[in-house]
Amino acid sequence: MGDASRENGTGPVAPRERRRAQSALLQQRLPVVVLCVIGLVAGLALPFLNIAPNRLLSGHASGGQQGVFALLWLVAAAAGGWRGGAVAAVLLALVLPLIAAVDATLLLHHKPPTTRIQLGAGFWVMWLAAALLLLDRLRHVRAGWRAVAWAVVVVSLVVGGWQGVFDDLALVREWQAQRGAFTDALASHVTLSLITLGVALTIGAPLGYLAWRARRAGGTLLSVLAFLQTIPSLALFALLIGPFAWLAREWPALAALGFGGTGAAPAVFALVLYALLPVVRYTVTGLDAVPADTREAARGLGMTRGQLLLRVQLPLGWPVLLAGLRIVAVQTIGLAAVAALIGAGGLGRFVFLGIGQGATDMVLLGTLAIIGLALAADLLFQAMMAATGRRA
Amino acid sequence: MIEFDHVRKAFGDHVVIEDLSLRVEDGEFFVLVGPSGSGKSTLLRTVNRLVPIDGGRVLVDGQDVATQPIEALRRGIGYAIQSVGLFPHRTVAENIAVVPRLLGWPEAEIDARVAELIALLKLDEPGIAGRYPDTLSGGQAQRVGVARALAARPKIVLMDEPFGALDPLTRESLQASVKQIQRETGTTMLFVTHDMDEAFRLGDRVALMLDGRLAQVGTPLALIRSPADERVNEFVGGTRAYLRELAVRRVRDSMRRDEAAEGDAVSPDATLQDALGVMLAERRERLPVQGGGAILLSDIVVRPR
Ligand SMILES: Nc1ncnc2c1ncn2[C@@H]1O[C@H](COP(=O)(O)OP(=O)(O)OP(=O)(O)O)[C@@H](O)[C@H]1O
Ligand SMILES: [Mg+2]
Repeated sequence: MGDASRENGTGPVAPRERRRAQSALLQQRLPVVVLCVIGLVAGLALPFLNIAPNRLLSGHASGGQQGVFALLWLVAAAAGGWRGGAVAAVLLALVLPLIAAVDATLLLHHKPPTTRIQLGAGFWVMWLAAALLLLDRLRHVRAGWRAVAWAVVVVSLVVGGWQGVFDDLALVREWQAQRGAFTDALASHVTLSLITLGVALTIGAPLGYLAWRARRAGGTLLSVLAFLQTIPSLALFALLIGPFAWLAREWPALAALGFGGTGAAPAVFALVLYALLPVVRYTVTGLDAVPADTREAARGLGMTRGQLLLRVQLPLGWPVLLAGLRIVAVQTIGLAAVAALIGAGGLGRFVFLGIGQGATDMVLLGTLAIIGLALAADLLFQAMMAATGRRA
Repeated sequence: MIEFDHVRKAFGDHVVIEDLSLRVEDGEFFVLVGPSGSGKSTLLRTVNRLVPIDGGRVLVDGQDVATQPIEALRRGIGYAIQSVGLFPHRTVAENIAVVPRLLGWPEAEIDARVAELIALLKLDEPGIAGRYPDTLSGGQAQRVGVARALAARPKIVLMDEPFGALDPLTRESLQASVKQIQRETGTTMLFVTHDMDEAFRLGDRVALMLDGRLAQVGTPLALIRSPADERVNEFVGGTRAYLRELAVRRVRDSMRRDEAAEGDAVSPDATLQDALGVMLAERRERLPVQGGGAILLSDIVVRPR
């Protein structure tokens, strides 16, 4: 009797529960399905590699492995449903470059040495889809495993590159040909960004403190900085050439220090102007993160302003400031690319020179390095936030 | 000793304290009571100069506070507020140790003092010294706030509704702790509350503050029995004020030493309110008093000589 009534009770509920389970499954499966379809289409319809007679000419597509790609994506789709999805995604992210490398070696057989095998749209779309698939599959995995999965991908590719596996790809050839210039550009890009960050912090943090203390003046300051942010970066760099050239002419001592209408000085100046708003804003937000009663207690117990700042406001506002610096760092690394246009060097030089020459691989090399640098900075700040996050 | 000498304070056009003079004696538990917005907190905060005054003088131990170095002044005065304002990134022990650290006490002395205060304020949950404020109950946080105010053994302590948001039981236990510590150390206490019962229970003297002026200053009994005017009478509670009187008077002052009675004995230090409660609970009109003697229902009604 009891059983019968329970069955009656659950009877009408069952379809709803099934529907809920179905929608949960759909939510879990949807990204996998979408990404695998994208990968499949890219594998079938877009050129995987391009063969170019030399580094400056664009190439024609080379195909033939459509069957392999179709198989790969079907396997990934099938594996995506269960826990092996992440493993499949890792393999996919490694196998695609490997196929490209092997293909490149085969294609270069009996070809003139200037021939370049470029990675085509098919490769990039599929590789991006594989990375996104990995990202999706790792969503519900513990942070430790997530780090391991990404480390496997990055380390394998780097080690492979070291061993010369990818040497026949145009991108790697370009890098080898320009290794010296590339290292210089990378170093100057990092230096440019670090100096900007340092200067923006030394100016912006005190400005933020003042703005926070004098709320009204702070409003004006913030709107001036916000206005600066709306100036397109190219325009700002161009605008600075005049004043800096004038400065260098008027004070030859400055010119001797490397000051001039073009070069690093105006670039850093412009980058700092862009970085200032977020630094000031996050400093104010960080100071606001300290509860008013805590501040009142600190003052009432006899802390000086300096003690209040160092012992209370800084430790409590630090996480907010760090979050702000993370954004500033990524933004600066991106904007510093534009600085190449006024002769400040950096990875942007590769991009703009490459565009000028029509050398796609050079552009790609610069762009990928900038993206990698930004990601590295982002990771570094995340690690710092995690390390200081618990108790400052 | 704290002395307010014709103190005046206005925020813009809004006069919050109007020509106020008052003297709090050494070792006195002085309570400022009054409705919200009457200027109690403002007056309290003129003592440690969190509020600068527009006219008059505030003297601590005969010295004008305006002439003293501000941080040294504040470190010498204990300060506890209703919102507590503990440092969220510091442990309980570190919170309590703030002022001794600022004063540069030796570490060993600080540790000993922290342990002493933790015991004194009944913060004796194991391991509480190493915990962070966000793991404390409201009552525990208030106790830490009070301990922090007392840490450097200040001669003067300012408390602004420190038991504001507590349940009645926790509140009474904290009131008892603070009163006992104040009495034993001879601290001069300036205490702000808007709760009449709390004011009468704690204060040696009470000042009723209305609209930035002192409407009446005196012992709790004086305020209850001879209110200066209608507004004071109203605020103290009219005829219901006499119920408050029961909470202020003690059994020892109303009892008969040469009589005896049946039943559980009450302490001579108990309030008449407690005694009346026991009488009602036990349906008796007379109770024995510990150490001999008795108290009668009629003694409660009659005023002591
Ligand atoms: N910084 C300030 N600026 C402007 N007005 C203020 C400031 N501080 C207090 N006031 C005003 O002064 C008056 C008295 O405030 P105060 O905080 O002293 O009252 P209170 O008696 O402590 O009240 P409560 O019991 O609600 O705490 C109020 O009208 C308040 O609005
Ligand atoms: Mg108040």
